[in-house]
Amino acid sequence: MNILVCLKQTFDTEERITIENGVVVEDGAVFVINPYDEYAVEEGIKLKEEHGGEVTILTVGPERVEASMRKALAMGADKGVWINTEDFDGDLDEHSIAKIIKATIEEQELEFDIILAGAMAVDDGSAQVGPRLAELLNIPHISTITKITVDGGNVVVEKDVEGDMEVIESKLPLLVTAQQGLNEPRYPSLQGIMKAKKKPLEEVEIDDLDIEEEEIEAKTKVLEIYLPPKKDAGKILQGELADQVTELVQLLKSEAKVI
Amino acid sequence: MQFRLSEEHEMMRQMVRDFAEKEVKPSAAERDEHEIFDRSIFDKMSKLGMAGIPWGEEYGGVGSDYLSYVIAVEELSRVCGSTGVTLSAHISLASYPIFTFGTEEQKQKYLRPLAEGTKLGAYGLTEPGSGSDAAAMRTTATRDGDDYILNGSKIFITNGGDAEIYVVFAVTDASLKHKGITAFIVEKGTSGFLIGKKEKKLGIRASATTEIIFEDCRIPSSQRLGAEGEGFKIAMKTLDGGRNGIAAQAVGIAQGAYEEALAYAKERKQFGKPLIALQAIQFKLADMATKIEAARLLTYQAAWLEAQGLPYGKASAMAKLFAGDTAMEVTTEAVQVFGGYGYSREYPVERMMRDAKITQIYEGTNEIQRVVIAKYISNE
Repeated sequence: MNILVCLKQTFDTEERITIENGVVVEDGAVFVINPYDEYAVEEGIKLKEEHGGEVTILTVGPERVEASMRKALAMGADKGVWINTEDFDGDLDEHSIAKIIKATIEEQELEFDIILAGAMAVDDGSAQVGPRLAELLNIPHISTITKITVDGGNVVVEKDVEGDMEVIESKLPLLVTAQQGLNEPRYPSLQGIMKAKKKPLEEVEIDDLDIEEEEIEAKTKVLEIYLPPKKDAGKILQGELADQVTELVQLLKSEAKVI
Repeated sequence: MQFRLSEEHEMMRQMVRDFAEKEVKPSAAERDEHEIFDRSIFDKMSKLGMAGIPWGEEYGGVGSDYLSYVIAVEELSRVCGSTGVTLSAHISLASYPIFTFGTEEQKQKYLRPLAEGTKLGAYGLTEPGSGSDAAAMRTTATRDGDDYILNGSKIFITNGGDAEIYVVFAVTDASLKHKGITAFIVEKGTSGFLIGKKEKKLGIRASATTEIIFEDCRIPSSQRLGAEGEGFKIAMKTLDGGRNGIAAQAVGIAQGAYEEALAYAKERKQFGKPLIALQAIQFKLADMATKIEAARLLTYQAAWLEAQGLPYGKASAMAKLFAGDTAMEVTTEAVQVFGGYGYSREYPVERMMRDAKITQIYEGTNEIQRVVIAKYISNE
């Protein structure tokens, strides 16, 4: 089974994030595998362990993404294809990334039975690259999955729909995007880390791809980026229980304005 | 000169840190409080390769180096000093002498399960009457045909009772003083090998420390480690490397306490501003950060020397001395930054302060480290 996993490197949202001149400052930021993509990597490795085959990691980004790709290789993926954007000057958005990945799959002649991606990236939260890629490749896709079972060419998927669950049957080839709950990503073992540096990591330049620069120009423009407003500390009510309830109701009406 | 970890070492650190945060830290206070050694944590560490970091794949290890090992001990100790010393004793004290002085057969039989982590290791040198003066030991090993019969007892044995494989030392010829000491590998469950009382300790309470007792314990000569009379040398050589594991433990404990203090200083408000706005607190934190960095560099340097196959005895003694003193100082200051809350078991810094103290004592007290360092420099 040939498994492709789309992996994006994002800044760690649990670390301090600084914004200057409308962009997130990279200096000092901590970069990690987008958590949803980490579920995709884990599921890819699990599918390989169950059905055999190979897991290939596809990442678009500057030089720093290599660390995240090596981590996926240390977890158990077999090889990586890195589309280097270090020297690319234009703006890229979700439509650009999907087109670049499709062109890379063609250029590298990557065969696939299934493509996994995260449901969304925690940085821009747009949840588009996976579905867009499936459309470009003309294969079906199912987003926000929490379970997948592959049996021959048949696939049964459980999909999270705003807290409800849909069970969907489909066939390979297929693209799915991973929702929280799909699995618990493994730690890369020390053996895995030792092996990762020896695994192939192919570098592709956008220039190498059969794609015109105008085709991948961003179609959207980010106007503003700002940090969420600072949360005030919560209020703990004191006194008799009955008084607390009265006060709570009053606060919900007057301050929170939710009732 | 390179002061940056390789990508591989950085990835290992990140992995052990994630593991420590999620699998070790949440239960650290409870394991300390109830003095519980949780084998399942060691088992999980072993699955990730931590039990055999420096040993080659031919012995069930990962084939990495001493630097990776000290980084692992440091990161575990950052959240739990007990888990740090469990690994340090397992690798430096039990596995190292078998790797270095064992026969191929002994390595396959004992080092492999240690490296794979299916068995836990321990080291028995100290006796009630011989601590720093190890050559004064009284445990004896008497030759009987192809066997040795061990009698005596050892105290303060880290991983005691929980470990399956013990490297121990006994006198085979008292007339030769320290040249009459021999090392042995003893398996838990051997007739005449008993686990004595468990120490009630100030710190590292989630790692068992026990007495071990030999009562006419018969050991085949195939379990003798090295030649007869080579034991003292093996013990001292083992401690040379062991020191660096303890230095790493000390750095980790100090780092954990410093991070707690820093976060608290940013959060806690007094006189209308956070503690960190007060210069008295700033200076404490600046000193802590500087000393930890110095201790870490000494520790990594010693590990690097060992990984390169270069002499590291002086470097590891310096690292252990400085890191141990730093850990004690930093954790004490961390409690001070927390004030009354620091003294309470509600916060982890008091545990870290209790854990830090032992790093100035075991695997050669810091006074002995100074003796070791002085010996090196006076011969230079």
